[in-house]
Amino acid sequence: MLQIAVHAGSLLPLALLAWAGLHGHLTVNPIQAFTQQTGKIALVLLLFSLACTPARTLFGLRAAIRWRRPLGMYAFLYAGLHFLTFTVVDYGLDPVLLREAIFEKRYALAGFAAFLLLVPLALTSTRGWMRRLGKRWKRLHMLVYLAALLVIVHYIWLVKADTRVPLLYGALLLLLLAARLPWVRRVATRLRGQGTRPVSAKGIRDGALRSLSGMRRGAHEPEP
Amino acid sequence: MREIKSSEITPEHIYLSRRKFMVGIGALAAGSLLAACAAPAARQIVSPTTAPGPGGTPVAPPTGEPSATQQTDELGNSVTTYDAVTSYNNYYEFTTSKEAVALLARDFRVAPWTVTVAGLVRKPTTFGVEDLLKRYTQQERIYRLRCVEAWSMVIPWLGFPLAELLKEVEPASEARYVRFETLLDPEQMPGQRSAGYAWPYVEGLRLDEAMHDLTLLSTGLYGKTLLPQNGAPLRLVVPWKYGFKSIKSIVKIELVADQPTSLWMAAGPNEYGFYANVNPDVSHPRWSQASERRIGEMSRRPTLPFNGYAEQVSGLYSGLDLRKNY
Repeated sequence: MLQIAVHAGSLLPLALLAWAGLHGHLTVNPIQAFTQQTGKIALVLLLFSLACTPARTLFGLRAAIRWRRPLGMYAFLYAGLHFLTFTVVDYGLDPVLLREAIFEKRYALAGFAAFLLLVPLALTSTRGWMRRLGKRWKRLHMLVYLAALLVIVHYIWLVKADTRVPLLYGALLLLLLAARLPWVRRVATRLRGQGTRPVSAKGIRDGALRSLSGMRRGAHEPEP
Repeated sequence: MREIKSSEITPEHIYLSRRKFMVGIGALAAGSLLAACAAPAARQIVSPTTAPGPGGTPVAPPTGEPSATQQTDELGNSVTTYDAVTSYNNYYEFTTSKEAVALLARDFRVAPWTVTVAGLVRKPTTFGVEDLLKRYTQQERIYRLRCVEAWSMVIPWLGFPLAELLKEVEPASEARYVRFETLLDPEQMPGQRSAGYAWPYVEGLRLDEAMHDLTLLSTGLYGKTLLPQNGAPLRLVVPWKYGFKSIKSIVKIELVADQPTSLWMAAGPNEYGFYANVNPDVSHPRWSQASERRIGEMSRRPTLPFNGYAEQVSGLYSGLDLRKNY
């Protein structure tokens, strides 16, 4: 059920953009508006994807790990639309203009590098590749952190003067990366009082009931 | 690594059909984006009637409906639609959202409005906007406006040369620059409540740039009085410079001896200079200025030196290093 919500939620912005485009609601500069919107949505979905593992390891939400790949793939879809709109629709694949626009300007280079890093990640996202690469799959997919960092840098470098919004996204990214630190995970699991095993919703409920019945029996009873 | 349960694996046929679905949606989005671009472009039928050039014939005072004639500038570029000109505005005093300025500025009070012309002048005067409309013949000037963000429009402004006003107040010999100031009113202009920029908006020109015939004080466009989002009731238009030089909703014009520091110079000294002449060879530090998107058109255009006004203004800058003096 939630899985459908993830897919629907990820595609909804695109449907809204398409509708807006068809009805002339994408401002009088639709190419730039579409480029900017797809870029923002790609970043948001990427951050959601990066939030899945911490959701599981810190809060015990096992279902979250199933959303990691679709969210990552949708982030790649929007990133791809963002990149293609810029290079094909906006710049008409003009090699002279593109050379100056991308390779001579650091904000565009950062964005381009981020996109290039996402390509092998998207291609190796299937379970077949997870099998084929084994331990190396996890190491390869750590590139997503570098890609995400480059996206934030790309965003900071392209805004006119006000860097508050991109810096906020940067802070969110740092939080999501910090959530993966081993000691953070240890603290979180200790707070949950459940050892190192991730728990299900049922496990949380049973643990809560045990604590409550312990409280009813009296304050001198040892912790369960 | 934890083993993946078979129940967690997406069945292959669903996974592949999802991929097809995403490609389909992507194609739909791309197609609709192209459709959105094609629509406004199709509405602009270029009629090669020669428009009045700079210093054109006077027109009647602004009334009623926007001018419906399909006009072009002196290079044959069609004017941007009235709709686009009045609904896509950089006016950070209200909001940084270009589409929202029109809505947020709709109740902006433009009357009574006075403009103080002072500083190093022999006859400092405070004008009401009605005085300016009466004293100076409003002419239609079709100018290109090029934003530093690399988009542009062609706009049929209504106004009079700044030079006429300056001659009237008689600048003193020590006067070398003209400094302009926008209204400071955070109550009406929500953007001014944030300390993000050094409000009020300030801009400046060298005296010879200010005295040039192209430099226009505008009171209207498309034969209609200026709307708040376009800088009502009085704004500057300096077509050979980036749009941020064309200061809106002017309350003060001052003749000074020292180069004024504009709001954008203060906000980004490495990026926004005093001259801000449109120049495809001098890129913004972070993005290229070699090309631009003309609002309403499908393809990008190469940017012209001095926004296509090189013939009229390049003489002002002979000997000046345009790369250092950006």
